[in-house]
Amino acid sequence: MSPSLAAEPAGRAHEVVTPEGVPLRLEVAAAGDRVGALLLDLLFILLLTAGLLLPLVALAMVSVVGVDLVLAAAVLAVFLVRTFYFVWFELAWQGQTPGKRRLGIRAVDAQGGPLSAEAILARNLTRELELFLPMIALFAPGAAFPGAPGWLALLSLGWMLAFGFLPLFNRDRLRVGDLVAGTVVIRAPAAVLLEDLSIRARAAHEFTEAQLDVYGVFELQVLEGVLRGAGQPGHDEAVRTVAEKIREKLGVEGAAGDDQAFLEAFYAALRGRLEKRLLFGRRRRSKHDRL
Amino acid sequence: MTVVLKSAAFRAEREGSWRELERILATAQRRGIRSLLPQELSRLPVLYRAALSSLSVARATSLDKNLLEYLESLSSRAYLAVYAAHRHPLEALAEFFLRRFPRAVRAHWPHLALAFSLLLAGLWTGFALTRADPDRFYAFVNPFLSQGRGPASTTESLREVLYAQEDAAKMLKSFAMFLFSNNARVGITAFALGFVGAVPSALLLFGTGLMMGAFGALYASRGLSVEFWAWVLPHGVTELSAVALCGAAGMALGQALLFPGREERRAGLSRRGREAAVVVLGAVALFFLAGLVEGIFRQLVHAVPVRYAVAGVSSLLLGAYLFGAGRAGGRT
Repeated sequence: MSPSLAAEPAGRAHEVVTPEGVPLRLEVAAAGDRVGALLLDLLFILLLTAGLLLPLVALAMVSVVGVDLVLAAAVLAVFLVRTFYFVWFELAWQGQTPGKRRLGIRAVDAQGGPLSAEAILARNLTRELELFLPMIALFAPGAAFPGAPGWLALLSLGWMLAFGFLPLFNRDRLRVGDLVAGTVVIRAPAAVLLEDLSIRARAAHEFTEAQLDVYGVFELQVLEGVLRGAGQPGHDEAVRTVAEKIREKLGVEGAAGDDQAFLEAFYAALRGRLEKRLLFGRRRRSKHDRL
Repeated sequence: MTVVLKSAAFRAEREGSWRELERILATAQRRGIRSLLPQELSRLPVLYRAALSSLSVARATSLDKNLLEYLESLSSRAYLAVYAAHRHPLEALAEFFLRRFPRAVRAHWPHLALAFSLLLAGLWTGFALTRADPDRFYAFVNPFLSQGRGPASTTESLREVLYAQEDAAKMLKSFAMFLFSNNARVGITAFALGFVGAVPSALLLFGTGLMMGAFGALYASRGLSVEFWAWVLPHGVTELSAVALCGAAGMALGQALLFPGREERRAGLSRRGREAAVVVLGAVALFFLAGLVEGIFRQLVHAVPVRYAVAGVSSLLLGAYLFGAGRAGGRT
């Protein structure tokens, strides 16, 4: 079978056990999505700050209020937005910020419990160390290392950046804040329930047990992928190739134009056979597994 | 013949409840969980458990990959909706200051004691060393903070700083907010640095003490001790407490990292990290108060006895709050 149609390799999975005792596999968000969400959020922080400051500046210009009050409000606004933007949104949107929502990722409790307010606080207060300190060191070295010799500043910069890049060095893509708070950022799950393919099968095809024992679960699910690919480019081609291959393997003759129906019937029969064996506790993973 | 597979029959039987759950989740995601009707809200946990049980059955009996993925994702979404934090930030804020924060502070008393000891040790060292050799002042105090003050300044100019300057008097509010945001950022950094092993947090505390001590010695050498501490303490009580709280939070973090005890290191780190974050958020609020006192009150009120009275009252209030609030009713 064509390898491009094989099941996509799943992303890194993080398993949580729900309080009900059922393990759920959550997909760990990709590093690229994390960076993208962060950049978006930083952009929003910038826009939000500008949005708050511009009216203040305008107020000062027309001198309705004193310069002192405006400046005080501006300093306070900058601090509050920078420190609590992430905390506020993750509290209000259950682990999502505007950037995370755009990229379809969210922070959850690593152990499977509810995401607590304390965890949200902890994971975002450490940004001071991971994000803002390195940024200051990078763009305004004088402010971060007053009077430090060049080599020392460089050393500290490398050390600070190491914290920023921590997620790349562990399996669950945890940053410092995730470690301190016990959280993990996952891809927000979304899947669509498609029709059950086994219902489509009509009576035109019969298979012997020997014929059905040729394949295992892996092949069944690849076949499922092929059948569900209707409407995609190359679908007819794939159906024809796969049908030919299976007929050859089973040693049956088939009419051209009958490929789709043949595959559907075979899928239903194979699934029935494998599921029956599953009920007896025998899962045949692939055609290479023993019977 | 058309045989309906057991797994297909199973799906046909349960699909209705999955679709219902999907609808409720979509509404909750689009318009927030608060927008759900009462009957939808009461159905949510029931449907969530039904979906989980369907998932368990499907894992054991079905080989339909799409169905398995769908149930996995549906259960995850429902799980996230059922077990997420649903409180409005403002609602959580009241609970935080009435109970959560003072309790967390009390839970950190060993770290807090250590933090205050480090501050005092720094204070004493800075004072003694600067008394012995005034030029050491320059080693302990950041030139940005000394505002040109030093052993070379005249007694008059030193005294002047203790009372409001005319030009600065117009900018009180912005000065207060600038002090607040600066101090709070340093405090949050002190907490975050705990992740590096607590030593930087401890150094920050000791360094703050050193600087205070150096200033104290400078003013003491001119016979201005009483007036100097009247200048520092009204806001210093609150501000140094907040610094100590942040440092204590950082050291708790460092302890979890370096000396996990019997706990698994990562579990201990997240347990302590969450508690410590509570302390830090409270400390940020204290920094805000201290900034107001420092930026506004101190510039307006010059009477030394009043300044001492404010320092005394604020330390009493702070002590009563941190050690008394939230003791009654329920455990943390």
